[in-house]
Amino acid sequence: MENRLFDTTVQQLKYEVIKELIRAYDKGLDNGIFHDIPIKIMPGPNASLRCCVYKERAILQERLKLAMGGDPSNPNVVEVIDIACDECPVDGVFVTPACRGCISHRCVEVCPKNAISIENKHAVVDKSKCIECGKCTQACPYNAIILQKRPCVLSCKANAIKVNADKKAVIDNSKCVGCGACVYQCPFGAIADKSYILDVLDILKNSENNTKYKVYAIIAPSIVAQFDYARIEQVITGMRELGFHQVMETALGADLTLDEEADELKERGTLTTSCCRSFVKYIQINFPELVKYISSTPSPMAMAGRLIKAVDPTCKVVFVGPCTSKKFEFKQDDVKDYIDCVMSFEELQAFLDARNIDVSTLPDSALDNASYYGRIFARSGGIAEGVTALAKERGFKADPIAMSGLDECKKQLLLLKLNRSPYNFFEGMACDGGCVNGALCLRHAPKSLSDVNKYGEMAKEKTVDNSVKLYKMATGAKSENETAVPKAPGSEEAAD
Amino acid sequence: MVLSVCVGSSCHLKGSYDVIETFKKLIESKGVGDKIELRACFCLGRCSDGVAVKADGNYILGVNGANAEEKFVNEVLPLLG
Repeated sequence: MENRLFDTTVQQLKYEVIKELIRAYDKGLDNGIFHDIPIKIMPGPNASLRCCVYKERAILQERLKLAMGGDPSNPNVVEVIDIACDECPVDGVFVTPACRGCISHRCVEVCPKNAISIENKHAVVDKSKCIECGKCTQACPYNAIILQKRPCVLSCKANAIKVNADKKAVIDNSKCVGCGACVYQCPFGAIADKSYILDVLDILKNSENNTKYKVYAIIAPSIVAQFDYARIEQVITGMRELGFHQVMETALGADLTLDEEADELKERGTLTTSCCRSFVKYIQINFPELVKYISSTPSPMAMAGRLIKAVDPTCKVVFVGPCTSKKFEFKQDDVKDYIDCVMSFEELQAFLDARNIDVSTLPDSALDNASYYGRIFARSGGIAEGVTALAKERGFKADPIAMSGLDECKKQLLLLKLNRSPYNFFEGMACDGGCVNGALCLRHAPKSLSDVNKYGEMAKEKTVDNSVKLYKMATGAKSENETAVPKAPGSEEAAD
Repeated sequence: MVLSVCVGSSCHLKGSYDVIETFKKLIESKGVGDKIELRACFCLGRCSDGVAVKADGNYILGVNGANAEEKFVNEVLPLLG
């Protein structure tokens, strides 16, 4: 299977399914797609990925269900495809034949639980005692002891993935923060995100070419690192050809978030950011005593939607972004009035290709609504940098820390909980490096970071001032002294 | 009268905010604050003739920071009747 767009074949498969679904939609959907689409993608007769072509097709049917919205009885945006789960070994600590039967027995010495003994000169692990700390794996000079954990379990920093009696992965919805790390990490593509692409198609179709109402797409700033075969300005043209009335920057919302969050920090003294809903959820689940610090400022997505709907009240707004987190955020009570649907970059690529739009051949369309600071929200450290600049302007001190990846977040949140943190502003993002490494990005590469920085520097506006003025004008505040920034309904406690 | 200035990408790059600032000052200095409501809007569909401004139903095109005063006096004020 040719793979020019994505990091992995798993992404490619998901993309093929969504592309074919969109094509089928354009011809008029019927139940035949469950028969036809898997055969089209896996024509056979020989299997290329699994034991036989029939299993491959059965899994594609499951992917198709997810592409059409997934299991409606499961509120999670991430689901396990049982038959795709390959039941990876869960042996834990395992002594390989590389054990030389040495006489120093560092493994035995280092084990805190006395779980390793020597039988016939070789190390043997007592599973009933082993706590899988991994110390022996590091102590062995021959690297003969390994710690085998499933990639999904390893990727889940929220500790939400368990293995059931059938050896299948199971997601504990009460712990899952919806970051999507497992979606990107499972080597068999057995954990996948639900797609709302059919809703996007309906919104566009029912607008009757933007005459009944206008459909705005707001793109996350991380988009600049996605389409390396075309300029972002060409992608905008392509999106307008898909039927969007206008494509705007979510970074405009980020400017407003930053403005409000800086004031909130000044007033409240200590704040954890609200941009990444998975991070917010992580605090709610794991650090209930820190919930009081969660910012009540709406996320950039919600802010941008709110601004656009203030200017054009009958319009529909579709967010296009890098992550699964936004796919559950837009359904929350405090956001659902501002955002009508969410589509991932992967889905955008499928949409363009389903309609045979090659963006690299298109002319440019302008894209410039936001400031430098709004745009660099796409990477870890962006909000911290912005809040530092605003705090300086507004005469108070911000001591921000940028945390990316839930492990790092956990470390800093623990210090905050123990009153030992030197910081007062906690920028948290569930993905390592921030949104540019979101689970639903086409590509995950170090270059993404410099792409975001370059994009930030290209912004006409260097400060958030004009975005804020625009917002106040749109929401009807007459004077600049007036604080016309209404709180989002239900956002006081960052309700979820 | 509602006076809408486009702040879509294309017009923004051509100086929407300068136009808005100039209009704001003019509305004040001419004392027409009770007759004109200044608003921002997204894309009037006239990207190539930006900055695009709409005064009730009338388009006023090709506005920029430098000619905003002239356009306001010659094209907006007469519409007030």
